Amino acid sequence: MTVAEAPPLLEVRGLRMHFAVTEGILSGRTVGQVKAVDGVDFTIRRGETLGLVGESGCGKTTTGRCILRLETPTEGAIIYDGVDIAKLPRKDLLALRRRIQVIFQDPYSSLNPRMKVGDIIAEPMMVHGIERDAKRRDARVRELLSVCGLNPKFADRYPHEMSGGQRQRVGIARALALQPEFIVCDEAVSALDVSIQAQVVNLLEDLRERFGLTYLFIAHDLSVVRHLCQRVAVMYLGRIVELADGDELFDHPLHPYTQALLSAVPVPDPTVEATRNFRPAKGEIPSPINPPPGCVFHPRCPIAVENCKHARPELRELRPGHWVACSEVH
Amino acid sequence: MPLLLDVRDLHTEFRTGAGLVRAVDGVSYTVDQGETVAIVGESGSGKSVSAMSILRLIPDPPGRITQGQILFAGRDLMRLSDDAMREVRGGEIGMVFQEPMTSLNPVLTIGRQITEAVEQHRGVDWATAQKRALELLALVGIADPARRLKQYPHQLSGGMRQRVMIAIALACDPKLIIADEPTTALDVTIQAQILELMKDLTRRLNVALIIITHNLGVVARYANRVNVMYAGRIVESGSAAAIYHRPRHPYTIALLRSVPRLDRPRQAKLDPVDGQPPDLTRLDGGCSFRPRCRFAVDACAHGRPPLEATDDAAHLAACFRSREIGGATGAAA
Ligand SMILES: Nc1ncnc2c1ncn2[C@@H]1O[C@H](COP(=O)(O)OP(=O)(O)OP(=O)(O)O)[C@@H](O)[C@H]1O
Ligand SMILES: Nc1ncnc2c1ncn2[C@@H]1O[C@H](COP(=O)(O)OP(=O)(O)OP(=O)(O)O)[C@@H](O)[C@H]1O
Ligand SMILES: [Mg+2]
Ligand SMILES: [Mg+2]
Repeated sequence: MTVAEAPPLLEVRGLRMHFAVTEGILSGRTVGQVKAVDGVDFTIRRGETLGLVGESGCGKTTTGRCILRLETPTEGAIIYDGVDIAKLPRKDLLALRRRIQVIFQDPYSSLNPRMKVGDIIAEPMMVHGIERDAKRRDARVRELLSVCGLNPKFADRYPHEMSGGQRQRVGIARALALQPEFIVCDEAVSALDVSIQAQVVNLLEDLRERFGLTYLFIAHDLSVVRHLCQRVAVMYLGRIVELADGDELFDHPLHPYTQALLSAVPVPDPTVEATRNFRPAKGEIPSPINPPPGCVFHPRCPIAVENCKHARPELRELRPGHWVACSEVH
Repeated sequence: MPLLLDVRDLHTEFRTGAGLVRAVDGVSYTVDQGETVAIVGESGSGKSVSAMSILRLIPDPPGRITQGQILFAGRDLMRLSDDAMREVRGGEIGMVFQEPMTSLNPVLTIGRQITEAVEQHRGVDWATAQKRALELLALVGIADPARRLKQYPHQLSGGMRQRVMIAIALACDPKLIIADEPTTALDVTIQAQILELMKDLTRRLNVALIIITHNLGVVARYANRVNVMYAGRIVESGSAAAIYHRPRHPYTIALLRSVPRLDRPRQAKLDPVDGQPPDLTRLDGGCSFRPRCRFAVDACAHGRPPLEATDDAAHLAACFRSREIGGATGAAA
């Protein structure tokens, strides 16, 4: 069965996550809302990697946190393997955590500096009561280290005794400890140097093949996303503006925001760069506290018409599998 | 173009608990008037320390510039008094850093910070400085400059703060701007705006630019020349076209191969640089890239390859095998 035919492992429908903006420490009066995620739909099939891209503050991390149920969404459904987990009560979350794991951006702050690497990786097993036998747990830690390309001797080291790339591998080993099916990678390689980043990207791909993992890959580096993801969703101010197969999206972007985003990324080739026609998007990203009415991109959009100021465009399938939220492209 | 900056055999060290860190270990390069030179290399390779050494902003202790000359517009900056050096910084040499929030003073208005720079270096009166500040904000593309002058840094977006930093760097008509990761903290579309602005202004005003970045795309789009650093040394130097299309140092070759590209369909696997970055406290007398190098031979353990011209006099590489290697990649590409 190919990835395209596989049933969705995750289906996100109408997801909204609004945070209250309060004023005054004592009164805590609500003066507004941050619409961090404001009506997001997508599916991820088993064994697939979906890329989630967009600029700072567009709601990528919040979307990931909702799926991990680190937040309880304001609205919408998150159907994971047939069950809606959006409103799952706290007591049922532990079981979910075995199946869905996360790898964070910052290898420096996401690992407890006072714990040895081996204990960091063993911790989730202790919490979930698997591999209760200390010897077997140790063996498993060593196996995980070597799966992630680290010498098993690293188990006795502390995080500060390792390089950034090595620490990120420890974060990956810890995420794998419970044999999850699904991993949210939130800027998992962003903090790494290019040379080391390539090693970790390859590791993530190997692990996906070896263990049949499914990833939600959140990143702002579009080149890494193109390399790693089968399908890609582009977010802007809490909404998905375009979603398509990776090569289709990068070669034939349809939404004006995606086009601006892609043209802003320089390619490491001076000859290609010299011939590229490059138009940076004008203006700044508006605040999600007070997003523009209608299409949220209209103040910066080169093709906006009067109607874009009033009507919010829904995602439409303009080509097979290629969804665009813009009323002006056809 | 006439020569503006000539850095000769610069050495900067730090004494740390782990030992002596040779952060900059014999760096030489030049910058012509109006030219954009990029410095690339992995984290810890000495890009920032080499730039800070030019400005003599190395904290001592633990750091020290132990050797070298920095000839700028005919003078050796290493021999200037501290006062004269203060005049150069923010005067003839402007600076733009990665995080504008830490470089700007949070309790002073934007206007005050720009006029301060103008007054300090130009000795002009308040009204003239005020007028200059307005001009500068308009120049860096800030709308409604009169209102912005009265605001504080936290009231501006990251992109606007970086525009203000550029305005301050330009305040005294510098001949050179040193920009250390000027857009790394910014979003892609804002990064593109700021880089275009810097390119446009440096061309129009004939200001030379040293841009430090780890983004190989940014280098390809903006640099005339490129210096590739590894473990405190420049291992390859040349025009952007030469470096990208005919790399001659194994590290440059590996670096270029390891980056995924937005303009190419997914390939099977990336080709990473093997191994780990070097420990700068444990460098020996051999080539420091040797443990990660696919081309290493015995000779590489016994001496450090000097930075020498390849068959192209303007394209330098520090590798014993750069001639053979150049041929090999040419064939592969
Ligand atoms: N707990 C919270 N309370 C209030 N606002 C929040 C909270 N969490 C996130 N936000 C806001 O929601 C918006 C989306 O944030 P989010 O972290 O999801 O963005 P992101 O796309 O991951 O950005 P980045 O690329 O910078 O990581 C931002 O405006 C952010 O300030
Ligand atoms: N104040 C300091 N004390 C001790 N060591 C230092 C100090 N500043 C820099 N170093 C060391 O000098 C070396 C070069 O650092 P530098 O900041 O120049 O690297 P870089 O190439 O700019 O890296 P990055 O891309 O991470 O900014 C590093 O090994 C660093 O740890
Ligand atoms: Mg985020
Ligand atoms: Mg630096």
